[in-house]
Amino acid sequence: MSALWMAVAVWLAAWGLNAWLAGSAASRTRFGKALVPLIFGATVLVLWEGLVRGLSVPPVILPAPSAIAATITGSLPTLWQDFAQTILKGAIPGFLIGAGAAFVVAIAIDRSPFLQRGLLPIGNFVAALPIVGLAPILVMWFGFDWQSKAAVVVVMVFFPILVNLVAGLQASERMQRDLMATWGASYWQTLVKLRLPAAMPFLFNGLKIASTLALIGAIVAEFFGSPVYGMGFRISTEVGRLGLDMVWATIAVAALAGSALYGLISLIERWVTFWHPSQRH
Amino acid sequence: MKDTLNPQPPVIEAQGLQLVFQTADGPVQALKDVNLVINRGDFVSFIGPSGCGKTTFLRAIAALEHPTGGTLTVNGMTPDEARRKRAYGYVFQAAGLYPWRTISGNIRLPLEIMGFSKAEQDSRVARVLDLVELSGFGKKFPWQLSGGMQQRASIARALAFDADILLMDEPFGALDEIVRDRLNEEVLKLWARTGKTIGFVTHSIPEAVYLSTKIVVMSPRPGRITDVIDSPLPKERPLDIRDSREFIEIAHRVREGLRAGHLDD
Ligand SMILES: Nc1ncnc2c1ncn2[C@@H]1O[C@H](COP(=O)(O)OP(=O)(O)O)[C@@H](O)[C@H]1O
Ligand SMILES: [Mg+2]
Repeated sequence: MSALWMAVAVWLAAWGLNAWLAGSAASRTRFGKALVPLIFGATVLVLWEGLVRGLSVPPVILPAPSAIAATITGSLPTLWQDFAQTILKGAIPGFLIGAGAAFVVAIAIDRSPFLQRGLLPIGNFVAALPIVGLAPILVMWFGFDWQSKAAVVVVMVFFPILVNLVAGLQASERMQRDLMATWGASYWQTLVKLRLPAAMPFLFNGLKIASTLALIGAIVAEFFGSPVYGMGFRISTEVGRLGLDMVWATIAVAALAGSALYGLISLIERWVTFWHPSQRH
Repeated sequence: MKDTLNPQPPVIEAQGLQLVFQTADGPVQALKDVNLVINRGDFVSFIGPSGCGKTTFLRAIAALEHPTGGTLTVNGMTPDEARRKRAYGYVFQAAGLYPWRTISGNIRLPLEIMGFSKAEQDSRVARVLDLVELSGFGKKFPWQLSGGMQQRASIARALAFDADILLMDEPFGALDEIVRDRLNEEVLKLWARTGKTIGFVTHSIPEAVYLSTKIVVMSPRPGRITDVIDSPLPKERPLDIRDSREFIEIAHRVREGLRAGHLDD
């Protein structure tokens, strides 16, 4: 029971510390800004550990963070193999292919209101399709290995990116387009020098949504058939064997990979759309 | 109306110009039977209450709107042909600078589109920055500059490619009076230095009289011209010219023209 009380004490102390940090001058520095969420995260882990130990929660229900950490360090080769299969071969290539295809299609249908009006409802329909319906079909078409996972990811990321980019290409102001017209700019000049730059905030919005979908797609698709490795495979088999610590270890890897991908896209966004009011500091 | 002894053809000539917008609430007659001749080197102000078609007329000259009747020529060509020949620079009420480009980058943009060489772009950007007194601000981004400076940059952008017609639609309408007075003086100096033909939309009677060689008074519903005043003021205009008898007489005539337009309603 004492572990529980200690955890609660640590939590209260950290809460106080964070409240003080957030109100102090330190919170405006880069370091201070990073510190508050770090303390918060560490506190959650301590509280979790304390709860599990203090209340003697069975590991099958919820393993302690220390147990998960031990599993991670103890099974690095397996976790790496799963990561390479699901993220490096499934999610990332699928994301890149889907984004590239969405970009090409957005430009291709840009001059055709007919195609735009026809394609976007189909896009909404496909986006509404549950992945559990989509994945088995694509696994049947493309086999058990990473190709079918990449295909699921392509389908999942394609439409959110397309819809955002098509909207973004309409985002330039009328006056800015009129200026281009008074200079006698061609369609392609207007596209490259005005409409694409103006569409970038929308594109990155789509890419960020798609990065989350890519991860979910690549993992869940493995539930419907995969080689004997991969993060989705690991989760489904370890759940069956009550190896919850391994399930949580895989989830931790997925969370890290997802945050890294999202963070990378946000960084590029900051660099590309530095001029947008939401990015100016 | 046309001076037959003038060897140069008019820069802009409108005859019986009509422009009707089809809207959800039915047709809107933005311009009705507009006749106007603008000669090379004229400084023409368009004045009138909102909705009288000033913007529409300027946009029609720039081929951004298409007349539904009558004829309109620019340098003897259709407005569309003139646009493709890059006949004019257009300054809108808002600066409309692209936020992802620096001030220099914005001024360079029309030059890139028109295919000027890199060296030529550099020298032109430097020259027009100097002309609008923004040298040293080329590397700034638009949002880092005040509204007045942004509008000066947009004028520099319109000047960079040496179009002989400069169209300005209430360019200083959003700025405070002090900045406005100063920019008006600058525009006048610029006009004297470059000899361009300028079309200038304004709401202010003193501004119109101070700047123009020709004042076009318009009235709304339907948009039409009620008076065209050729200013007898000399080209050289110190600020105190505003107290002269001629200045006050012209201002009076403009005011009468505006009032007459309203009495028709
Ligand atoms: N794109 C448009 N579509 C429909 N009506 C318009 C459009 N542009 C202007 N109008 C109408 O034409 C008339 C003249 O407008 P405008 O030229 O903007 O006047 P001003 O610049 O003198 O204030 C107004 O009644 C306006 O509502
Ligand atoms: Mg207007």
